[in-house]
Amino acid sequence: MSRGDVTQAIRDRLGGLSIAEFRRRVTEAEAELSDLGVTFTIYSDKDAIDRVLPFDAIPRVIPSDEWQIVEAGVRQRVTALNLLLHDIYHEQSILADRVIPADLVLANANYRPQVQHFNPPCGTYVHVCGIDIVRDRAGVFRVLEDNARTPSGISYVISNRHTMMRAFPELLEQMALRPVGDYGHHLITALREVAPAGKSDPQVALLSPGTYNSAFFEHVFLAREMGVPLVEGRDLVVGDDDRVYMRTTGGLARVSVLYRRLDDDFLDPKAFRPDSMIGVPGLMRAYRTGKVTLANAVGTGVADDKAMYAYMPRIIRYYLDQDPILPNVETHVCRDPDGLRFTLDHLEDLVVKPVGGSGGYGIVIGPRASAAELAACRAQLQADPGNFISQPCVDLSVTPTLIGDKVEPRHIDFRPFAITGKTTWVLPGGLTRVALQRGSLVVNSSQGGGSKDTWVLA
Amino acid sequence: MPEILLARYALAIFWLARYVERAENLARILDTNATFARDRQGAQHWHSLLELHSDQERFAATHTSPTAAAVLRFYVTDDSNPTSIVSAIGMARENARILRPLISNEMWAHLNVFNKWLQTLDDQALAPGDLTRLFNRIKESCQTHTGITDGTLHRDQVSYFYRLGRYIERADATTRLLDIKYHTLLPHVADVGTPIDIGQWDAVLRSAAGHYAYLRAVSTGVTPSGVAAFLLLHPRFPRSVAFSVAEADRLLAVLRTRHELAGGAAAAASLGGLRNELAMLDIQQIIARGLHEFLDHVQKRLIAATDDLGEAFFDTGTGVGSRVTLDQRQA
Repeated sequence: MSRGDVTQAIRDRLGGLSIAEFRRRVTEAEAELSDLGVTFTIYSDKDAIDRVLPFDAIPRVIPSDEWQIVEAGVRQRVTALNLLLHDIYHEQSILADRVIPADLVLANANYRPQVQHFNPPCGTYVHVCGIDIVRDRAGVFRVLEDNARTPSGISYVISNRHTMMRAFPELLEQMALRPVGDYGHHLITALREVAPAGKSDPQVALLSPGTYNSAFFEHVFLAREMGVPLVEGRDLVVGDDDRVYMRTTGGLARVSVLYRRLDDDFLDPKAFRPDSMIGVPGLMRAYRTGKVTLANAVGTGVADDKAMYAYMPRIIRYYLDQDPILPNVETHVCRDPDGLRFTLDHLEDLVVKPVGGSGGYGIVIGPRASAAELAACRAQLQADPGNFISQPCVDLSVTPTLIGDKVEPRHIDFRPFAITGKTTWVLPGGLTRVALQRGSLVVNSSQGGGSKDTWVLA
Repeated sequence: MPEILLARYALAIFWLARYVERAENLARILDTNATFARDRQGAQHWHSLLELHSDQERFAATHTSPTAAAVLRFYVTDDSNPTSIVSAIGMARENARILRPLISNEMWAHLNVFNKWLQTLDDQALAPGDLTRLFNRIKESCQTHTGITDGTLHRDQVSYFYRLGRYIERADATTRLLDIKYHTLLPHVADVGTPIDIGQWDAVLRSAAGHYAYLRAVSTGVTPSGVAAFLLLHPRFPRSVAFSVAEADRLLAVLRTRHELAGGAAAAASLGGLRNELAMLDIQQIIARGLHEFLDHVQKRLIAATDDLGEAFFDTGTGVGSRVTLDQRQA
């Protein structure tokens, strides 16, 4: 089926529903998600509020020929990221060859000298990767951001499909869609592949910061999909034999692979932040001696910050001798004097982002900013240029979205997910986030975004 | 691969069961009290209820007198009172949140919705004419929970720790139920054997859903010692102390044999000893020893068994890390 056939079918089928009926089903679906606690947590100054991610029932359709480009591009990007990390933590030839500035790596807050020369099984550093993609006015898919630490959102991808199947069964009838429900199976398979050498039937566990983490629902979801225990730091202990054990009713039981959903900083108070209450003392010792595999590997944050992003096209050419299948958005690195000058000269036309940030926090959108906001941004840029990049305002693509009782265009982005053990598998689908405010370009859930099901056609 | 259960999960499921059981028992007692404590001793019944969890002092700190309205609010909707129904279900839900990886969506969603509903209750819901409906709904919600659990919880260690918690809590609750009526009745020697006296003991039976079960099982009619014997010692009534302790003892034995858990010898000794006592003693011996003293003794054995379970199963591999809270009642 082509996109045209499918969108026509969706239009016809939706046409058979009144807006009231449509609205009723969405409301019921959201109530069900709320009952199930399928929520994320928003932190304001004083409160933590559990919210259901707003769900838009009009699916976003990606035909198979377009998907092939995305899939190949994601695979290429993940391959390059893994090669980059291996190089950074071994020979550093890319620095010697001056393809990327050495201090961008070595002075990076997320560079971990503790894992220099460490060999993770299968050479895989980024086991789970989420790559944020937008589509510009010309219809070109472009990478906006790489997420190589602990990317989240996969639970919404699968939960959105379930919601569609339950609330709008007639929309899916006879549609040839690629399935997304086997993500957990692919993840556990990859995690077993990267278990410490010689360990047959390795015990895998998901390491979560705990019930108060904003993504706890997703941790639960993934532990269940994989059929593995969800553990917290306090459940684990590192023995004198450098092995990692979990405390069970029958005593200590070995764990060989941890899919960890906490940042490097918090993993081990003996190696990183000493005030971490959610980590496991001695975990890095176990990791460096190869007694436990951590996924994602320690130290991946150096590869996915927004300054490194600007060099990704060069990195892909360097390791793979290929042109990037998915181009970047044009990016000005403010640590370069030229980039800073350009950014300051065109501030009102650019989007300025802190290099280490996530979740949409700290972003200044020039065309929408007040004079005072621009002045503050200018001062920050001059005080600490290395902390920022700037990009032109991408004219994000839009998709039909139900707003009130009308269907209106809203801006969207897209995060496909790739799993890498011995090889890389890309989920045929992903998280489509939608900016529900008219004209808004910010799709982050913490900033009023919603999501919709993404249909990759077979 | 051997069956693995995280110690923290075992602790959470044990207390999840206890908190739901506690809420159900509290609803039963409050319901009966609201219905049958309308006589001239009414005020005293509400006061004695506060002895249920030794709550007199905490209640007095924020209230002037134990009116029906004040005690009901204290035990149903007051979320600052840790022994209220809303607090118990809140704690059950917190434990369920920890257990999300293990329990069914239905179990979680039901507790989530139950908890949300309780949070919305205000004084309006506690109006005298609406109480029976309110307590019925609370009891039914607790029973729906146990039904969903029975129908969806995997029959591995988790399910045994769950039922262990339920029966230990139930044994404890039944002793407390008997204990408050013991206090109410005995000081008023003049009332013993009068219609009010019998009515109060019948109310105790009704709190435990035992009115008709008693009439069927005991031919002599409702007498104080008959009711005490039935609720303490009857081997087949599912809310009696003897039945609950025997179940707890059996469940622990299964964990230690079929599931090959090495620990728990001390808890098994506590529960087994108590089971034997309850099987050997008759009510006259117990009354001769002092009913209140005996109930106190049972409660202490149950607390000791809980502590032993904590040491054996809920905090294993000690030495590093934080110690888990064993008695969540105090937490």
